[in-house]
Amino acid sequence: MEDVIPLLEIEDLSVEVEERQVLFSVNLAIGAGETHVLLGPNGSGKTTLLNTIMGLPAYRVTSGRILFGGTDITPMPIDERAKLGIGMAFQRPPAVRGVKLRQLIHVAGDGGGMEERLSGLVRNLDLDRLMDRDVNMGFSGGETKRSEMAQLLAQAPAITLFDEPESGVDLDNIAVVGEAMNALLKPGTVAERKGAGLIVTHTGHILEYVNADVGHVLLNGKLACQGNPLDLLEEIGRSGYQKCVECALCDQ
Amino acid sequence: MRSVTRDQEIRELAEGARDVRAGLGPDVDLTRFAEAIEQGRVDSMDDLERQLKEAALRVGIDASGHGRSGSYVQVDRSAVYEAVQTSYEDRIEVMSVGHALELYDGLPEHWWRLVSPGKDKYTAYAALHETEGYFMRVRAGERIEDPIQSCLLTSENNVNQNVHNIVIVEDGAEAHIITGCTIHPDVEEGIHVGISEFYIGKGAKLTFTMIHNWSQRFDVRPRSAISVAEDGVFVNNYIMLEPVKSLQTFPVAHLEGARSRAIFNSIIYGLEDSRIDLGSDTILEGEGSRSEAVTRAISADRSTIHSRGRLTARSDTAKAHLDCRGILFSDEAVQYAVPELVSDGAPRAELSHEAAISPIAEDEIHYIMARGVPKDEAISMITRGFVDIDIPGLPEPLRRSIDEAISATAAEAL
Repeated sequence: MEDVIPLLEIEDLSVEVEERQVLFSVNLAIGAGETHVLLGPNGSGKTTLLNTIMGLPAYRVTSGRILFGGTDITPMPIDERAKLGIGMAFQRPPAVRGVKLRQLIHVAGDGGGMEERLSGLVRNLDLDRLMDRDVNMGFSGGETKRSEMAQLLAQAPAITLFDEPESGVDLDNIAVVGEAMNALLKPGTVAERKGAGLIVTHTGHILEYVNADVGHVLLNGKLACQGNPLDLLEEIGRSGYQKCVECALCDQ
Repeated sequence: MRSVTRDQEIRELAEGARDVRAGLGPDVDLTRFAEAIEQGRVDSMDDLERQLKEAALRVGIDASGHGRSGSYVQVDRSAVYEAVQTSYEDRIEVMSVGHALELYDGLPEHWWRLVSPGKDKYTAYAALHETEGYFMRVRAGERIEDPIQSCLLTSENNVNQNVHNIVIVEDGAEAHIITGCTIHPDVEEGIHVGISEFYIGKGAKLTFTMIHNWSQRFDVRPRSAISVAEDGVFVNNYIMLEPVKSLQTFPVAHLEGARSRAIFNSIIYGLEDSRIDLGSDTILEGEGSRSEAVTRAISADRSTIHSRGRLTARSDTAKAHLDCRGILFSDEAVQYAVPELVSDGAPRAELSHEAAISPIAEDEIHYIMARGVPKDEAISMITRGFVDIDIPGLPEPLRRSIDEAISATAAEAL
């Protein structure tokens, strides 16, 4: 049988931020259409992993590489990774004075046929009032997340990195965000193919809205174990992260 | 007939200021420049020399006159063309100030009433070497939909073009004036001294958009003042995107009437060795008067920009805000943001300012790049947004040239 190349493959990845090593020899593979969840305590390196995959320059790869569809993207700038099909929902995206949300959604969708798609997106995410405002300038937590989702739905990436999609969002907004995430991760809504995802979550609340295939626990910059996401969450809830990685659930 | 006494008074004030240096900006030796020469009249703007017409276009002037209610063109010291569209004939006046001085007995209520000829050596020069400028009047209650345009061109090298403009917007009237000041491409050196006095009547509104386009050896010293009556509104848009040797201006708006308003929007681009000292001074005297001054300054190359703003409240119910932001694209450029708030016996007046000089934040660039936008385009988007201060009625070619200038500089800065 022919080997299937994973959509995203992380090989032996070590990363430094401001000369401090945060990730240690991380290995991870996400196949096309798979949704993975990354769990871990604060400071374990979850956001660092996402930002390194996206290519943010403050995150320096000291060893290993990142492959996307078999191509080594480790030296690539952010925009080229995005063009290849990597999208990211930032946990705390910056406000950009002077750039309107409408503009950013438009460029994310590369302009093509955006007008029609835009109206649907705006309606579904209740963004009407925000379209002609500066991106994230004075937006509430929920508005910021909805704005992120609209940009990503326009971009339609092959894999989306979600950094704490439920943080700073009330229950009503989590449902809307969850719906948008499902649109990104299921076939037929955004694109023909099924989108892949890597979701960083601290609380796991978002898993009430989104189905994930595989869960990973990141502890002190190392991938400690993987398993069924809901089982992992339950174990962490009961015994904490340290016990979780020691338990027999791993690698089941 | 002009009043001999008044003319004598003006002359004396000017004589006294012949050698008075301006308080701001580098000093310019006016004796280096010859007096501007006379130029012949043209029947239409199309008859202007091709290069002058092109220069005019770049400062927002439409040579066809289409979509303009009136036009005034001055080359060097001469008014070469004035016109008012037929449908506006009884509603506005557009003529050379020399003609208006003759017609209206020396404009005793408006000529040198807001700007003093004794202010400094530049006003003194303009008063002692009177040439031309435009006179525009919008009749009471008239709403002029199409902008009035004026173009002040310098075609000769090494001359002093001094102009004196009078603008009167009578009670309840409303208009938009676009003024473009520029030079023939062969002109390298020279000076433009522009005196402008604006009278905004009760409930009247004037939007005044001025576009400057000079060269790296040209000095510019505008001297403007504005008086705004009850419920009157004055909106001043100033745009300069090309190099200049030095430019210094600090227009003064007197908000005399109750609920009068002044808004100053400036977009300044410091290029090459330009020395730019620009700001606005608003004196809020009327009850409930309001003012807002917004400046966006971009410094490149070895330029120096002083971006000033002064708000003086003399009414307890006055309210005003300054918003002054800058970006440096070069480590050889210098930029000063100088906001100044003065509450003069108005303890309840509300004055505020926001001044910032900061680079485009890296995280903003990366955020936009994460949507698939290359770095240079992301910087252009943010920079364009930075100077996008919504100037209504800006001619499309001018809006495009602002975009192009910004994209070019942002790309170079990478």
